[in-house]
Amino acid sequence: MSEPKYFWEDFPVGETVEFGRKNVTKEEILEFASEFDPQPFHLDEEAAKQSILGGLCASGWHSCAMAMRMMCDGYILESASLGAPGVDEVRWKKPVYVDDVIRLRRTCTERRASKSRPEMGLTKFRTEVLNQKDEVVMTMEGWAMYGRRHPGEEAES
Amino acid sequence: MPWFEDIKIGSRLDLGSHTFTAEEIVAFATKYDPQYFHTDAEAAKDGPFGTLTASGWHTSATWMKLMIAARQGRDEPLDADGRKPPAGGPSPGFLDMKWPAPVRAGDTISYSSEVIEKLDMRTRPGWGIVRSRNTGVNQNGETVLNFIGQGLIQRRHPRGE
Repeated sequence: MSEPKYFWEDFPVGETVEFGRKNVTKEEILEFASEFDPQPFHLDEEAAKQSILGGLCASGWHSCAMAMRMMCDGYILESASLGAPGVDEVRWKKPVYVDDVIRLRRTCTERRASKSRPEMGLTKFRTEVLNQKDEVVMTMEGWAMYGRRHPGEEAES
Repeated sequence: MPWFEDIKIGSRLDLGSHTFTAEEIVAFATKYDPQYFHTDAEAAKDGPFGTLTASGWHTSATWMKLMIAARQGRDEPLDADGRKPPAGGPSPGFLDMKWPAPVRAGDTISYSSEVIEKLDMRTRPGWGIVRSRNTGVNQNGETVLNFIGQGLIQRRHPRGE
Protein backbone atom coordinates (compact mmCIF):
# COMPACT_ATOMS: atom_id res chain seq x y z
CA MET A 1 0.00 0.00 0.00
CA SER A 2 1.30 3.46 -0.85
CA GLU A 3 1.13 6.28 1.68
CA PRO A 4 -2.52 7.41 1.98
CA LYS A 5 -3.41 10.89 0.75
CA TYR A 6 -6.17 11.44 3.32
CA PHE A 7 -5.94 10.85 7.06
CA TRP A 8 -8.47 11.60 9.81
CA GLU A 9 -6.98 15.10 10.12
CA ASP A 10 -7.92 15.86 6.49
CA PHE A 11 -11.70 15.89 7.06
CA PRO A 12 -12.46 19.06 9.04
CA VAL A 13 -15.90 19.51 10.58
CA GLY A 14 -18.08 21.75 8.40
CA GLU A 15 -16.26 21.03 5.15
CA THR A 16 -18.53 20.20 2.19
CA VAL A 17 -17.23 18.73 -1.07
CA GLU A 18 -18.96 17.51 -4.22
CA PHE A 19 -17.59 14.73 -6.35
CA GLY A 20 -18.40 11.74 -8.53
CA ARG A 21 -20.50 11.34 -11.64
CA LYS A 22 -22.41 8.19 -12.43
CA ASN A 23 -24.72 7.62 -15.37
CA VAL A 24 -27.30 5.08 -14.16
CA THR A 25 -28.04 2.74 -17.04
CA LYS A 26 -31.07 0.51 -17.52
CA GLU A 27 -28.79 -2.52 -17.88
CA GLU A 28 -27.18 -1.91 -14.49
CA ILE A 29 -30.54 -1.32 -12.81
CA LEU A 30 -31.86 -4.61 -14.20
CA GLU A 31 -28.68 -6.51 -13.37
CA PHE A 32 -28.60 -5.40 -9.73
CA ALA A 33 -32.34 -5.83 -9.22
CA SER A 34 -32.39 -9.30 -10.82
CA GLU A 35 -29.87 -10.50 -8.28
CA PHE A 36 -30.82 -8.60 -5.11
CA ASP A 37 -34.19 -6.86 -5.37
CA PRO A 38 -36.46 -8.43 -8.01
CA GLN A 39 -39.52 -6.23 -7.53
CA PRO A 40 -41.59 -5.13 -10.56
CA PHE A 41 -40.70 -1.40 -10.23
CA HIS A 42 -36.99 -2.32 -10.55
CA LEU A 43 -37.41 -4.88 -13.36
CA ASP A 44 -40.34 -4.09 -15.63
CA GLU A 45 -40.90 -0.73 -17.35
CA GLU A 46 -44.67 -1.06 -17.71
CA ALA A 47 -45.22 -2.29 -14.17
CA ALA A 48 -42.95 0.49 -12.90
CA LYS A 49 -45.00 3.17 -14.70
CA GLN A 50 -48.15 1.89 -12.99
CA SER A 51 -46.47 1.77 -9.58
CA ILE A 52 -46.18 4.43 -6.88
CA LEU A 53 -42.63 5.15 -8.15
CA GLY A 54 -43.80 6.18 -11.63
CA GLY A 55 -41.06 4.58 -13.72
CA LEU A 56 -38.26 2.05 -13.82
CA CYS A 57 -35.83 2.94 -11.05
CA ALA A 58 -32.86 1.55 -9.19
CA SER A 59 -33.20 -0.53 -6.03
CA GLY A 60 -32.38 1.62 -3.01
CA TRP A 61 -29.66 -0.92 -2.18
CA HIS A 62 -28.24 -0.33 -5.64
CA SER A 63 -28.20 3.42 -4.93
CA CYS A 64 -26.27 2.69 -1.73
CA ALA A 65 -23.83 0.52 -3.68
CA MET A 66 -23.37 3.17 -6.38
CA ALA A 67 -22.79 5.81 -3.69
CA MET A 68 -20.23 3.53 -2.05
CA ARG A 69 -18.40 3.19 -5.36
CA MET A 70 -18.31 6.96 -5.83
CA MET A 71 -17.04 7.34 -2.25
CA CYS A 72 -14.33 4.74 -2.93
CA ASP A 73 -13.23 6.47 -6.14
CA GLY A 74 -13.60 9.94 -4.61
CA TYR A 75 -11.52 9.47 -1.45
CA ILE A 76 -11.74 6.16 0.41
CA LEU A 77 -9.25 4.27 -1.79
CA GLU A 78 -6.72 7.09 -1.29
CA SER A 79 -7.35 7.34 2.43
CA ALA A 80 -6.21 5.65 5.62
CA SER A 81 -9.72 4.16 5.89
CA LEU A 82 -10.23 1.62 8.65
CA GLY A 83 -13.78 0.77 7.64
CA ALA A 84 -17.15 1.68 9.09
CA PRO A 85 -19.15 0.05 11.89
CA GLY A 86 -22.41 0.64 10.03
CA VAL A 87 -24.66 3.44 8.84
CA ASP A 88 -26.87 5.48 11.18
CA GLU A 89 -29.51 6.35 8.62
CA VAL A 90 -30.24 6.18 4.91
CA ARG A 91 -33.21 7.98 3.38
CA TRP A 92 -34.38 7.09 -0.11
CA LYS A 93 -36.07 10.41 -0.84
CA LYS A 94 -36.74 10.15 -4.58
CA PRO A 95 -36.41 7.35 -7.13
CA VAL A 96 -33.19 7.05 -9.16
CA TYR A 97 -34.49 6.56 -12.70
CA VAL A 98 -32.91 5.11 -15.84
CA ASP A 99 -30.38 7.55 -17.34
CA ASP A 100 -30.20 9.73 -14.24
CA VAL A 101 -26.73 11.14 -13.62
CA ILE A 102 -25.91 11.10 -9.95
CA ARG A 103 -23.13 12.67 -7.86
CA LEU A 104 -22.27 13.07 -4.18
CA ARG A 105 -22.12 15.97 -1.73
CA ARG A 106 -20.29 15.06 1.46
CA THR A 107 -20.27 17.13 4.65
CA CYS A 108 -18.23 16.29 7.71
CA THR A 109 -20.58 16.92 10.64
CA GLU A 110 -18.66 15.62 13.67
CA ARG A 111 -15.42 13.97 14.59
CA ARG A 112 -13.58 12.67 17.60
CA ALA A 113 -10.34 10.96 18.41
CA SER A 114 -10.54 7.37 19.59
CA LYS A 115 -9.76 7.09 23.30
CA SER A 116 -8.76 3.44 23.14
CA ARG A 117 -6.82 3.62 19.86
CA PRO A 118 -4.60 6.70 19.57
CA GLU A 119 -3.75 5.84 15.95
CA MET A 120 -7.41 6.14 14.96
CA GLY A 121 -10.04 8.83 14.68
CA LEU A 122 -13.75 8.74 13.95
CA THR A 123 -15.51 10.97 11.47
CA LYS A 124 -19.23 11.45 10.88
CA PHE A 125 -20.26 12.27 7.34
CA ARG A 126 -23.59 13.31 5.93
CA THR A 127 -23.53 12.28 2.27
CA GLU A 128 -26.21 13.39 -0.16
CA VAL A 129 -26.79 11.82 -3.57
CA LEU A 130 -27.94 14.40 -6.12
CA ASN A 131 -29.33 13.85 -9.60
CA GLN A 132 -28.87 15.94 -12.77
CA LYS A 133 -31.74 18.22 -11.66
CA ASP A 134 -29.87 18.90 -8.40
CA GLU A 135 -32.55 17.02 -6.47
CA VAL A 136 -31.38 15.17 -3.37
CA VAL A 137 -32.44 11.58 -4.12
CA MET A 138 -30.77 9.92 -1.14
CA THR A 139 -29.05 10.88 2.11
CA MET A 140 -26.73 8.77 4.20
CA GLU A 141 -25.33 9.54 7.65
CA GLY A 142 -22.81 7.58 9.60
CA TRP A 143 -19.43 7.27 11.26
CA ALA A 144 -16.27 5.94 9.64
CA MET A 145 -12.84 5.23 11.07
CA TYR A 146 -9.59 6.64 9.71
CA GLY A 147 -5.95 6.35 10.60
CA ARG A 148 -4.37 9.51 12.04
CA ARG A 149 -1.41 11.31 10.51
CA HIS A 150 -0.37 12.33 14.01
CA PRO A 151 -1.53 9.65 16.43
CA GLY A 152 -2.64 10.82 19.84
CA GLU A 153 -2.18 14.58 19.38
CA GLU A 154 -5.03 16.90 20.29
CA ALA A 155 -7.19 17.74 17.30
CA GLU A 156 -7.96 21.39 16.50
CA SER A 157 -11.69 20.69 16.23
CA MET B 1 -47.78 -9.02 1.05
CA PRO B 2 -50.50 -8.97 3.64
CA TRP B 3 -52.50 -5.74 3.86
CA PHE B 4 -51.13 -3.14 6.31
CA GLU B 5 -54.05 -3.83 8.69
CA ASP B 6 -53.18 -7.55 8.86
CA ILE B 7 -49.51 -7.14 9.77
CA LYS B 8 -48.90 -7.90 13.43
CA ILE B 9 -46.22 -6.30 15.56
CA GLY B 10 -43.96 -9.09 16.84
CA SER B 11 -44.48 -11.36 13.84
CA ARG B 12 -41.17 -12.82 12.76
CA LEU B 13 -40.09 -14.23 9.42
CA ASP B 14 -37.08 -16.48 8.97
CA LEU B 15 -35.68 -15.63 5.58
CA GLY B 16 -33.38 -18.60 5.12
CA SER B 17 -29.64 -18.42 4.63
CA HIS B 18 -26.98 -17.60 2.09
CA THR B 19 -23.39 -18.86 1.83
CA PHE B 20 -20.97 -16.19 0.62
CA THR B 21 -18.37 -17.54 -1.80
CA ALA B 22 -15.06 -15.81 -2.39
CA GLU B 23 -16.04 -15.38 -6.05
CA GLU B 24 -19.23 -13.48 -5.31
CA ILE B 25 -17.59 -11.38 -2.57
CA VAL B 26 -14.96 -10.26 -5.08
CA ALA B 27 -17.50 -9.79 -7.91
CA PHE B 28 -19.74 -7.52 -5.80
CA ALA B 29 -16.85 -5.53 -4.35
CA THR B 30 -15.14 -5.07 -7.71
CA LYS B 31 -18.26 -3.27 -8.93
CA TYR B 32 -19.32 -1.38 -5.83
CA ASP B 33 -16.76 -1.38 -3.01
CA PRO B 34 -13.26 -2.03 -4.39
CA GLN B 35 -11.32 -1.81 -1.13
CA TYR B 36 -8.54 -4.40 -1.21
CA PHE B 37 -9.85 -6.42 1.75
CA HIS B 38 -13.03 -7.05 -0.28
CA THR B 39 -11.39 -7.73 -3.67
CA ASP B 40 -8.01 -9.38 -3.12
CA ALA B 41 -7.74 -12.50 -0.96
CA GLU B 42 -3.94 -12.31 -0.84
CA ALA B 43 -3.71 -8.62 0.11
CA ALA B 44 -6.60 -9.03 2.58
CA LYS B 45 -4.34 -11.19 4.79
CA ASP B 46 -2.59 -7.95 5.80
CA GLY B 47 -5.88 -6.05 6.10
CA PRO B 48 -8.06 -5.16 9.08
CA PHE B 49 -9.66 -8.63 9.31
CA GLY B 50 -6.75 -10.78 8.19
CA THR B 51 -8.84 -12.36 5.46
CA LEU B 52 -11.16 -11.59 2.55
CA THR B 53 -14.46 -10.15 3.79
CA ALA B 54 -17.69 -9.14 2.07
CA SER B 55 -18.64 -5.49 1.62
CA GLY B 56 -21.22 -4.53 4.24
CA TRP B 57 -23.44 -3.47 1.35
CA HIS B 58 -23.21 -7.00 -0.05
CA THR B 59 -24.28 -8.42 3.33
CA SER B 60 -27.18 -5.95 3.41
CA ALA B 61 -28.32 -6.41 -0.21
CA THR B 62 -28.44 -10.16 0.38
CA TRP B 63 -30.98 -9.53 3.17
CA MET B 64 -33.18 -7.87 0.52
CA LYS B 65 -32.69 -10.80 -1.87
CA LEU B 66 -33.85 -13.30 0.73
CA MET B 67 -36.70 -11.03 1.89
CA ILE B 68 -38.13 -10.90 -1.63
CA ALA B 69 -37.74 -14.67 -2.02
CA ALA B 70 -39.50 -15.26 1.30
CA ARG B 71 -42.40 -12.98 0.29
CA GLN B 72 -42.74 -14.69 -3.07
CA GLY B 73 -42.92 -18.06 -1.35
CA ARG B 74 -45.95 -17.06 0.70
CA ASP B 75 -49.45 -17.11 -0.76
CA GLU B 76 -51.53 -14.49 0.96
CA PRO B 77 -55.26 -15.31 0.97
CA LEU B 78 -57.70 -13.35 -1.18
CA ASP B 79 -60.16 -11.09 0.63
CA ALA B 80 -63.76 -12.30 0.97
CA ASP B 81 -64.70 -10.07 -1.98
CA GLY B 82 -61.97 -11.67 -4.11
CA ARG B 83 -59.56 -8.71 -3.79
CA LYS B 84 -55.94 -9.70 -4.22
CA PRO B 85 -53.47 -8.79 -1.45
CA PRO B 86 -51.03 -5.98 -2.31
CA ALA B 87 -47.55 -6.23 -3.76
CA GLY B 88 -44.69 -4.93 -1.62
CA GLY B 89 -44.17 -1.19 -1.76
CA PRO B 90 -41.04 0.94 -1.82
CA SER B 91 -39.01 1.89 1.24
CA PRO B 92 -38.29 5.38 2.57
CA GLY B 93 -34.93 4.17 3.91
CA PHE B 94 -33.47 2.39 6.91
CA LEU B 95 -32.10 3.20 10.36
CA ASP B 96 -29.32 2.09 12.67
CA MET B 97 -27.51 -0.37 10.40
CA LYS B 98 -24.64 -2.17 12.06
CA TRP B 99 -22.09 -4.64 10.72
CA PRO B 100 -20.77 -5.90 14.08
CA ALA B 101 -18.68 -8.76 12.66
CA PRO B 102 -17.25 -9.37 9.19
CA VAL B 103 -18.63 -11.87 6.65
CA ARG B 104 -15.78 -14.11 5.48
CA ALA B 105 -15.65 -16.32 2.39
CA GLY B 106 -17.52 -19.55 3.13
CA ASP B 107 -19.66 -18.04 5.91
CA THR B 108 -23.34 -18.97 5.92
CA ILE B 109 -25.56 -16.13 7.08
CA SER B 110 -29.10 -16.75 8.31
CA TYR B 111 -31.40 -13.74 7.97
CA SER B 112 -34.60 -12.82 9.77
CA SER B 113 -37.09 -9.98 10.01
CA GLU B 114 -39.42 -9.07 12.88
CA VAL B 115 -42.13 -6.40 12.73
CA ILE B 116 -41.55 -3.84 15.50
CA GLU B 117 -43.69 -0.81 14.63
CA LYS B 118 -46.50 0.37 12.33
CA LEU B 119 -46.85 4.03 11.40
CA ASP B 120 -49.58 6.00 9.66
CA MET B 121 -48.53 8.22 6.76
CA ARG B 122 -49.65 11.84 6.88
CA THR B 123 -49.36 12.32 3.14
CA ARG B 124 -50.64 8.97 1.84
CA PRO B 125 -53.89 7.73 3.43
CA GLY B 126 -53.80 4.56 1.35
CA TRP B 127 -50.48 3.41 2.76
CA GLY B 128 -48.74 2.76 6.07
CA ILE B 129 -45.12 2.26 7.07
CA VAL B 130 -44.05 -1.01 8.65
CA ARG B 131 -40.76 -1.02 10.56
CA SER B 132 -38.87 -4.24 11.11
CA ARG B 133 -35.79 -5.32 13.05
CA ASN B 134 -33.65 -7.30 10.61
CA THR B 135 -30.66 -9.44 11.41
CA GLY B 136 -28.05 -11.66 9.81
CA VAL B 137 -26.27 -14.25 11.97
CA ASN B 138 -23.35 -16.45 10.92
CA GLN B 139 -22.84 -20.18 11.47
CA ASN B 140 -21.15 -19.46 14.84
CA GLY B 141 -24.08 -17.43 16.13
CA GLU B 142 -22.35 -14.06 15.66
CA THR B 143 -24.49 -11.19 14.42
CA VAL B 144 -23.06 -9.72 11.21
CA LEU B 145 -25.98 -7.44 10.29
CA ASN B 146 -28.57 -5.59 12.33
CA PHE B 147 -30.82 -2.76 11.15
CA ILE B 148 -34.30 -1.28 11.24
CA GLY B 149 -35.94 -1.56 7.84
CA GLN B 150 -39.02 0.29 6.64
CA GLY B 151 -41.52 -0.49 3.95
CA LEU B 152 -44.62 1.19 2.56
CA ILE B 153 -47.52 -1.23 2.62
CA GLN B 154 -50.97 -0.62 1.17
CA ARG B 155 -53.99 -0.42 3.45
CA ARG B 156 -57.08 -2.45 2.68
CA HIS B 157 -59.14 0.57 3.67
CA PRO B 158 -57.50 4.01 3.24
CA ARG B 159 -57.47 6.06 6.42
CA GLY B 160 -60.39 8.46 6.81
CA GLU B 161 -62.71 6.49 4.53
